[in-house]
Amino acid sequence: MNDLTTVVDWSRWQFALTAIYHWLFVPLTLGLSVLVAIMESLYLKTKSEKWLMATKFWMRLFGINFAIGVATGIILEFEFGTNWSNYSWFVGDIFGAPLAIEGILAFFMESTFVAVMFFGWNKVSPRFHLASTWLTAIGASISALWILVANAWMQYPVGMEFDPAQMRNVMDNFWDLFSGIAVNKFFHAVFSGWALAGVFVIGVSCWFLWKKRNQDFALLSIKSAAWFGLAGLLLTMYTGDGSAVEVTKHQPMKLAAMEGLYHGTEGQGFTAFAILNPDKDWNNDEDEYIFEIAIPRMLSILGRHDANAFIPGVTDIIEGRDIINGDTVNTVSYAERIERGKMAQAALRNYDIALEKGDSVAMNVAKADLQKNFQYFGYGYFDDVKEAIPPIGVTFWTFRIMCYLGGYFLLFFVVILILVYRTRLMERATWIQWIAMASVPLMWVCSEAGWAVAEVGRQPWTVQDLLPTKAAISEIPASSVIVTFWLFALVFTVLLVAEVSIMCRQISKESKKNLSSNKA
Amino acid sequence: MTLEFFQAYWWLIVAVLGGILVFLLFVQGGQSMLLDAGSDKRRDLIVNSMGSKWELTFTTLVVFGGAMFASFPLFYSTSFGGAYWLWICILFSFIVQAVSYEFRRKKGNIYGTGTYDAFLFINGCVGCILLGVAVSMFFFGGSFTVSRGSLLDGTAPVVSHWDNPSHGFEAIFNWKNLILGIAVLFLARMQACLYMMNNIVDDPDFFVRLKVKALLNGGIFVLFFLWFLAMLLTADGYTVISDGFRTTEVEVTPFKYFHNFVDIWQTAVMLLLGVVLVLYGWGRSVFTKKYTKGIWYTGIGTFLVVVALFCVAGFNDTPFYPSITDPSSSLTISNASSSEFTLRTMSYVSILVPFVVAYIAYVWYSMDKKKLSPESLEKSEHKY
Repeated sequence: MNDLTTVVDWSRWQFALTAIYHWLFVPLTLGLSVLVAIMESLYLKTKSEKWLMATKFWMRLFGINFAIGVATGIILEFEFGTNWSNYSWFVGDIFGAPLAIEGILAFFMESTFVAVMFFGWNKVSPRFHLASTWLTAIGASISALWILVANAWMQYPVGMEFDPAQMRNVMDNFWDLFSGIAVNKFFHAVFSGWALAGVFVIGVSCWFLWKKRNQDFALLSIKSAAWFGLAGLLLTMYTGDGSAVEVTKHQPMKLAAMEGLYHGTEGQGFTAFAILNPDKDWNNDEDEYIFEIAIPRMLSILGRHDANAFIPGVTDIIEGRDIINGDTVNTVSYAERIERGKMAQAALRNYDIALEKGDSVAMNVAKADLQKNFQYFGYGYFDDVKEAIPPIGVTFWTFRIMCYLGGYFLLFFVVILILVYRTRLMERATWIQWIAMASVPLMWVCSEAGWAVAEVGRQPWTVQDLLPTKAAISEIPASSVIVTFWLFALVFTVLLVAEVSIMCRQISKESKKNLSSNKA
Repeated sequence: MTLEFFQAYWWLIVAVLGGILVFLLFVQGGQSMLLDAGSDKRRDLIVNSMGSKWELTFTTLVVFGGAMFASFPLFYSTSFGGAYWLWICILFSFIVQAVSYEFRRKKGNIYGTGTYDAFLFINGCVGCILLGVAVSMFFFGGSFTVSRGSLLDGTAPVVSHWDNPSHGFEAIFNWKNLILGIAVLFLARMQACLYMMNNIVDDPDFFVRLKVKALLNGGIFVLFFLWFLAMLLTADGYTVISDGFRTTEVEVTPFKYFHNFVDIWQTAVMLLLGVVLVLYGWGRSVFTKKYTKGIWYTGIGTFLVVVALFCVAGFNDTPFYPSITDPSSSLTISNASSSEFTLRTMSYVSILVPFVVAYIAYVWYSMDKKKLSPESLEKSEHKY
């Protein structure tokens, strides 16, 4: 395969493109579905028309967003086969199961009850309709659970063993898949969807206030969304802290990349702001930052919940240096990992030859060699330690963008909650209405940045320490992947433009109706 | 329960999902009629009749893919990564479908209702034909080689190699595959007519029109299906003997699939019963005056026929994905499956499938109790 590198790079771009587009729609689905279900519950409890109108209005926007999320979702599943064929074989025994279970348990629930949600107002009883709305929301979250369990497994592969006869990994413990990374990742993603939906509803409602249309409806929506969004954001932050601890434990290289940290210390500070030195490499003496503002000891606190803990940098990890309880401990350097990875691969080759010949003695010898070094199997695909470093700049900046915006939105929700209970102030303060409207796209930037940290920080691995991207691909011509990348980019963009346009027109159209009473 | 049991069990689940999917393709069949609907009102009726079911078809396709991935990952790796363009075309047709229902009549949709209806039409035709092509490859094969040792090849570490440089286009333009593709399209169109005859009321002219269309489409379907069946029953196939996950022996067996029907007599019964039910549902709908329940007979019949076809494709030491270029690389339910642990684990989850089917049936019944009419569509709050 002459164009291996090109195929790898374009396959990565294609998957990234699909995932980025998909994540534009999914968090809104996750959050808005729950918010709508809460509103409909309040309607059924109070029989108040205002809740019915609010439910129907936000449900219509949910519907527009839902369809395009479904469209982009199918691509992701099938791209594992079309573009990551080797991955599908090498770890499909483990990775495929959550996807299949997601389909059986979640997709059918979502797709069945969403039809009742949209079309069932006059066809089923109010209670059945409410149950359908909740089941749609629950189905969306269950779907997220399984896909995030699968994703977390790529970050921290557990619950499996390597079968040399089949040359692939096979699952040996299903429950191990629900690792700390998986649990934190699931709640982090779902709650971030709540926060995003909160900002979206507030932004749209503020447009109503600015236009002085349906102000009662807008204030009601803002109150609901602000509490909902604030709860979501606080829980996102809490689970984000859990994620940081897990990353520190299981993906130290990713954490080092998130910080642009090359040489760690005990009581490591957190870089609040910095300009990275582009000339810095893992093995030169250049400074890490051109300029830095750090919060002392904060990274140790965040990563290990211990102000004095050692956090290794890129160079420390590559050279195999760690400090535990004040003592310097030598771990396995990356150079040794590469060497042992190649030994594992050679042992596997010998095992395969012995298996063909039926030589059980040679098979046992090869298997023992393989097991001794299998932990570093994936490193055997590298020729240079540098290949194992994730893109530092992207990981560093996307992490900061996520944190800065996360902090901003905490303040945002608090301010909105203070103002919304002073009704006249909220109605008159056009500055906050404009800020709220401008904050809507920022929330998407924040959400996408979070995913970029998770996925770019995992590079160059498809499955951490086990399978690098360059060994996970399909054997297809680079030209095919380039063509499909641009086709996807074109189609997704065309559909996104249409979706945004429809959403804006729908909001504008609805704003002219009386949204306080169904009788209008 | 042994690994062999779970392999067979999961192939049966894949067959069941395949059967449900082909039945639900009536949604695509309806979409393929949009361009000659007769009037805008009729077009809206078709779209809204299909619109409450499109997600079920879409979801079944996704679950079918997921089940294949989880239970037979070597198929996923070989077919999707190899016949790249076949699957990409299928995907594109379904991407444009998913948004078109919701967007087509919304103000601000930029490209106009006609564009989204064209998307639905494309999905209706291309989706059916290409899914038929993909299923046909279960019998007539693809050009691939599987070499697990390639995993250790630093310059090309890929296990599954597609030997035809067209990467799936050759499968699309293979006339044998197209026969089944066309049969699936006309089956879907015929079933769409029968579904709408059942689902839409208060438009007698449309009912008559649907009846005529059902007659024509059903006739074409029967011709192509018989052609496919004749090819299948006279085709040679491989018999693959495996030792665990490794193939030890492959031989060419004349009339392989005919023998499979004979050896597994239950499949022959299912096929015959399915064909009879399809013909009964079709015939009674077309030749009696007001009969509207034909869709249930053709639906159950379609399901039985597809399950029978999947069974003869995968059981009796038959490779469900034969390799034309390297017979020993052919994929069987033995050498392409997941491990016993994974299949067993997923089997526990599959116990919930009847529950899923039950709530889908209940929702279907509840939603279709009130039929669609031009008047009710006009009054509907949420319409496509």
